[in-house]
Amino acid sequence: MKAIVTVMLKDGVLDPQGKAIGHALNNLGFAQVGEVRAGKIIELELAETDAAAAKIAAEDMAKKLLANSVIESFRVEIAG
Amino acid sequence: MMRTGILLFPGINRERDMAIAVERSFGAAPRIVWHKETDLSGLDLVIIPGGFSFGDYLRCGAMAAQSPVMTAVRTHAARGGYVLGVCNGFQILTEAGLLPGALLRNAGLRFLSMDTLLKVERADTVFTSQYQKGEVFRAPMAHGDGNYAADPETLDRLEGEGLVAFRYAAENHNGSARAIAGIYSENHRILGLMPHPEDLVDPLMGGTDGKPLFDSLAAA
Repeated sequence: MKAIVTVMLKDGVLDPQGKAIGHALNNLGFAQVGEVRAGKIIELELAETDAAAAKIAAEDMAKKLLANSVIESFRVEIAG
Repeated sequence: MMRTGILLFPGINRERDMAIAVERSFGAAPRIVWHKETDLSGLDLVIIPGGFSFGDYLRCGAMAAQSPVMTAVRTHAARGGYVLGVCNGFQILTEAGLLPGALLRNAGLRFLSMDTLLKVERADTVFTSQYQKGEVFRAPMAHGDGNYAADPETLDRLEGEGLVAFRYAAENHNGSARAIAGIYSENHRILGLMPHPEDLVDPLMGGTDGKPLFDSLAAA
């Protein structure tokens, strides 16, 4: 079973990387681009058959290591 | 004299500079402690030096914070032991939860390798007794993620309880909240800072601005 953990900087935490990407897109002519936020996706192959158990385990992993709750929020999705 | 250990994680590269600074002030060489070690009971001071532990994967310091030796560092801190974390060492201490807040990517996105000026917020701790309160000294810095961040309540608490150790005195190049360059734990026995005082401990290095920090520890 695969868990997909998306980690983003919390709202209000300055995201200089997202800002730089936004500037670069504007420079490329994509004038419609406003705020850009950059995060990361971590895919986990889990030896689990129960989606609920997999989600709980992945959330525990996110809290303990994958995300830093001081600055980041996370979201877990279970995919097949 | 404080019995001192310098932690070594894969990817750390400033342990020898730190050892030179310690030996110069203390008159005795520190022990280099590999990150797989689990017993720090013979030490009074644990130093986590700079570098790029575990390649800065995931977040700076996130992997090192889970290393076996960090359990021993927690035990050491809980019994009132002294801990100094510089640069990646500061990042590791925040990731381990031993100091509050986090170090974000520099606000200007650039890796900053330059001298900076630090203001000593208080001179009554074991780390700063050989400085004067309000003194400004030069310290080299070299980091990509030194932008100190914490929620406003934590920042207020750090300032209200005298836990800010150093601030950027001139320019705040990395964008740190309230120009914070280094902080203490509540008992003032743990210090983390981004710039490198160990880089200026000999006239041959271009100055001795960082030496009082090590002399303070030697005098404790």
